[in-house]
Amino acid sequence: MKTRRLLAAAAALALLPMSAEAQTAKTLKIGVLNDQSGLYADMGGVGSVAAARLAVQDSGLLEKGWKIEVLGADHQNKPDIASNIARRWFDVEGVDVVTDVTNSAVALALSSLARDKNKVELVSGAATSELTGKQCSTNTIHWTHDTWALANGTGKAIVQTGGDTWYFMTADYAFGHALERDTEAVVKASGGKVLGKVLTPLNTPDFSSFLLQAQSSGAKIVGLANSGVDTSNSIKQAAEFGIVEGGQKLAGLLVYLTDVHSIGLPIAQGLLLEAAFYWDLNEGTRAFSDRFSKEMRGRRPTMVQAGVYGSVIHYLKAVEALGDSKDGRAVVEKMKATPTDDIVMGKGQVRADGRKIHDMHLFEVKSPDESKGEWDYYKLRQTIPAAEAFRPMDQGGCPLVTTN
Amino acid sequence: MIPFLDISTQALFGQLLLGLINGSFYAMLSLGLAVIFGLLNIINFTHGAQYMLGAFAAWMLLNYLGIGYWWALLLAPLIVGATGVVLERLLISRLYKLDHIYGLLLTFGLALIIQGLLRNQYGVSGMPYAMPKELMGGRNLGFMFLPNYRAWVIVASVIVCFGTWFLIERTRLGAYLRAATENAALTQAFGINVPLLVTLTYGFGVGLAALAGVLAAPIYSVNPNMGADIIIVVFAVVVIGGMGSILGAIVSGFSLGLIEGLTKVFYPEASTTVIFVIMAIVLLVKPAGLFGRTA
Repeated sequence: MKTRRLLAAAAALALLPMSAEAQTAKTLKIGVLNDQSGLYADMGGVGSVAAARLAVQDSGLLEKGWKIEVLGADHQNKPDIASNIARRWFDVEGVDVVTDVTNSAVALALSSLARDKNKVELVSGAATSELTGKQCSTNTIHWTHDTWALANGTGKAIVQTGGDTWYFMTADYAFGHALERDTEAVVKASGGKVLGKVLTPLNTPDFSSFLLQAQSSGAKIVGLANSGVDTSNSIKQAAEFGIVEGGQKLAGLLVYLTDVHSIGLPIAQGLLLEAAFYWDLNEGTRAFSDRFSKEMRGRRPTMVQAGVYGSVIHYLKAVEALGDSKDGRAVVEKMKATPTDDIVMGKGQVRADGRKIHDMHLFEVKSPDESKGEWDYYKLRQTIPAAEAFRPMDQGGCPLVTTN
Repeated sequence: MIPFLDISTQALFGQLLLGLINGSFYAMLSLGLAVIFGLLNIINFTHGAQYMLGAFAAWMLLNYLGIGYWWALLLAPLIVGATGVVLERLLISRLYKLDHIYGLLLTFGLALIIQGLLRNQYGVSGMPYAMPKELMGGRNLGFMFLPNYRAWVIVASVIVCFGTWFLIERTRLGAYLRAATENAALTQAFGINVPLLVTLTYGFGVGLAALAGVLAAPIYSVNPNMGADIIIVVFAVVVIGGMGSILGAIVSGFSLGLIEGLTKVFYPEASTTVIFVIMAIVLLVKPAGLFGRTA
């Protein structure tokens, strides 16, 4: 693998000096950098690599003589490892764009790296709204969801239906903190109160002690500001400790399809959650999901994987229009100037702060009786229009917006 | 710190009990490790994977063969234990005369392979495994809501730990085992089949890990990484208790569960590191561990 990539990189380097004159040398490398073995590997992982490959096939650029290579690597949720891989990709292997970038800590680290190297970062798997807030960048686009949108959708819906006192169980890193902060703001703005919170280390197998603290707080809503296996473990154990029977409700602030699959409908039923994509939403999502499913042994895509697909499609359109991928900043400018349209999330646009906006959907998890089979999990409760689903640009504090 | 003042005695009892429950998993896993190290001198890094295999065996028995929890409690340790026996005969038995590091590398490599294969097949988010009907629900103890299943875990773990200790320290078979560890050649000369004993011991240790895995299946996520997440903590527990000491493994397993539980109340952010801090202190003060003998 490694030697092959090195050879490819060497070949690409050898071609570089001639590329100006040789028409055939339109090459492009896409790097999918995410967690491929740990707690976030199912919602992104190799599925995101498959999604990026599908996008390349669908872009039509291969037929026009472009050579596009998709690389994948596992950053193990460690920002230092992620930075090392990205540096090697950018400096040695000539990668033009990194995508997915699950894990907020990693996404923030790579955002500044991509800007320094004038490459492109297309974030799908990370959620912190900082990426398009104070830490926004000229070279980063945040595609699928973010903590503000999740808080605004799920948080508001729950407060409106009477869940006005909250206790947070928060994953102790950039993402959890951002999700808690954004949800707390929504809860307070809608007239609710936060009674307490506990920070839980990432990848905790046992949440019972934290659940007990949540239980004794007496809050009506236990807000889970975590994701992946942390979410499924906490929901599973909350059922065991009689949290829901005792009259408290769980609010999964970021729940992926794969989490519901893992928890099982008997426990997950009734859970409210927000997502940008569900495989069974319309013609386009079903068509994409069927193809994805063939690549991924029957698994259905999550919104993160769909986001990787959509972002790569839009990226390739911009590159095709410019005729070249080497100036990352110019590509991102072009992506912002062109409205987006793809089969997975429909029409949308990329704003000046790098936030991609589209409709968001509030789903409820079906009961075992309602579900017609494996992966038939969600029913649509409400669609939040793109214009309301994301943080207004003037509230994010992104310097790209205020100075322009 | 201020949180000390916030917590009532009632809540404290609840947290102590939860700590004890987590401790029972540590105790059962470190017990298997201690048995294997004490009698075979092998640092069994495959232990976490075997714990995970126990949980997966229970899941497979249910989903492919329709065999429920109670039978899985018996069958999964036997099946996984049998794979342990094969492993010991085929691979591990070749390493007894070599340095520890070879055993460590072999078992670590095996763990990575097993995890990788299952990850490839089942992904990482885990499989749902329903709790047996008999143990659903829970009771209010006044200071906390105790799920019946967790109460069962404590009971099962105490029985298993005591049984193992009794078997090794108080029975004739245990005496043979200990004799074989002290001086294999001499024990063999008395007509005892030492290689067979050693193989069965490894199988038993692996079976213990698998049993812990079955017990964990209904409450923790059944996923290929579940063993890797817990095994490092368990190694710290064994080191604190004293490598190879059975009593040490049990006592430190339960007490570190307690300490971790308390940390989750007073300073949750440190709950994943507190055990390693204690390990470092113990190694500084008593390098052989709390119950270990210095060679």
